[in-house]
Amino acid sequence: MKVRLLDIAHARSGDKGDTANVGVIALEPEWYPVLSTYLTLERVREHFRGVITGGVERYELPNLKALNFLLHGALDGGGTLSLKTDAQGKVFSTAMLRLVLDVPDAEATSLGLSAAGHWPADAEAPKA
Amino acid sequence: MTNSSKGRAIVRVASGQGFWGDWLEAPRRQVEGGDVDYLMLDYLAEVTMSILQKQKERDPNMGYARDFVGAIESVLPAIAKRGVRVIANAGGVNPPACAAAIRGVAAKHGVSGDVRIGVITGDDLLPRLDELIDGGHALANMETNEPLSTVRDRVLSANAYIGSVPIVEALQRNANIVITGRSTDTALTMAPLRYEFGWAADDWDRLAAGIIAGHIIECGAQCSGGNCLYDWQTIPDLANVGYPIVEAKSDGTFVVTKHPNTGGRVSIPSVTEQLVYEMGDPHSYITPDVVADFTSIQLAADGENRVRVFGIKGRPATDKLKVSIAYRAGFKAVGTLVYSWPDALPKAKLADRVLRERLRNLGLEFDAIVTEFVGVSATHGPLAGEAHDPPEVQLRFGVRGQNKASVERFTRELAPLVLNGPPSVTGFAGGRPKVEEIVAYWPALIDKRVVQTKVEVLS
Repeated sequence: MKVRLLDIAHARSGDKGDTANVGVIALEPEWYPVLSTYLTLERVREHFRGVITGGVERYELPNLKALNFLLHGALDGGGTLSLKTDAQGKVFSTAMLRLVLDVPDAEATSLGLSAAGHWPADAEAPKA
Repeated sequence: MTNSSKGRAIVRVASGQGFWGDWLEAPRRQVEGGDVDYLMLDYLAEVTMSILQKQKERDPNMGYARDFVGAIESVLPAIAKRGVRVIANAGGVNPPACAAAIRGVAAKHGVSGDVRIGVITGDDLLPRLDELIDGGHALANMETNEPLSTVRDRVLSANAYIGSVPIVEALQRNANIVITGRSTDTALTMAPLRYEFGWAADDWDRLAAGIIAGHIIECGAQCSGGNCLYDWQTIPDLANVGYPIVEAKSDGTFVVTKHPNTGGRVSIPSVTEQLVYEMGDPHSYITPDVVADFTSIQLAADGENRVRVFGIKGRPATDKLKVSIAYRAGFKAVGTLVYSWPDALPKAKLADRVLRERLRNLGLEFDAIVTEFVGVSATHGPLAGEAHDPPEVQLRFGVRGQNKASVERFTRELAPLVLNGPPSVTGFAGGRPKVEEIVAYWPALIDKRVVQTKVEVLS
């Protein structure tokens, strides 16, 4: 089953020089194994090919149900050097969430994943 | 349970500023919205020091975060009458001048007798740079490994990131406003906890807990509902967003929360997003005081807008300090034009080709030219996929180079396109792009023992 990362994870990104970091966090704790198994270094490297000029590092944080990726050569030099709109890598987070994972059907079904968008049903409505 | 030196079982540290330019209302709201013991204000980003250095060169009484003066003015009653203590890295490259400005504000409001200002210096390595390089400290760039000598003549500022020790000393000496220069953001939160609970210099787990508390609240509301992707549509009342507060215990556990009747949301997802922000290797978050392990952090819901943080592990600090160096690195300019439907993107692409050809024909040379099509691919590049005839596209065109005249000349080439380039163009009301000098960041390491901090308490 093709599963959009956007439907199973949220993310935040930031910068360190010319490197963008992207933390990817499972929307539901029980979905973390999907991230740790299928959101591999190779998968992320392939996703950002042509977008970044350097390598990728990957770290696991099972305690936070999160992975952390370092994308090197992502920011046209970074900081004040960069001519990019996103000089500080603030929205590499959502660029990451465009990634589509291949999850075996049985596993995806047992975890309640689908191609449809997920948003927690119990979320409270905003105050007026 | 062990209480703090002041008999407190719980110490509350409130974050009131996540960067220089953050919400001016936040500091006052933090001290008026409920009980807090410390107000922590973080003003310094990587390039802020160089901006401040330029200001100090023009006027020796400048070089600090001027917003801090207004912030202190807005919280003076809490400091003078309720015992709230303020810790801020607002001193920038001139903590004594910052302290003088704060004394002026206290005098103006007739509370000079209630204000004891702790001033921390010693992080500024600029005056010692040649001596350090001659002494064998290469200050090599942590990313490229080049020695600092390659850009020495262009260095604007050089500051060691200092830790909690001098802040703790200032608190012990009864300062109620502590002003640092390039202190780490996290030390501003960890230091008052270390002081209150008497944590030892080798109590690695608790020191690491204080650092992680600092990391969570150092970006202000970014952990309490601001810039939070998770469930963003349902986050209530951002207009009235509550900035975060750490409620810490002596055992190193703490709760992240915010004042009642404020907007935003403190939740496990909001705190987790902030924890991974600007993260490197999560096993080793290196600070001057301790190496914190982010893979040890445990989070638990603790009621509405409360997240409990526990289980944190730390390891001994290294024998190095990070140094933040800023140097002049050429010039840049960025300009924009907006092209409208129909065929907005092909029009913008043609304008880009025309502009590049004209710059080439002029013989101008740049280190980099970057074109972006805002509304189509500026932030996600090729990942964004095909654009389907958008109503408008902004052409954003930037150049960078060592020759100021070339960059200057580029800024004259954009406007003519309005009359002599592709059609349906608008959005040039802002005028010619501005040429900016680039002040770039040079991260380096230095032996801890060569950096001596000094604490002075003014009353």
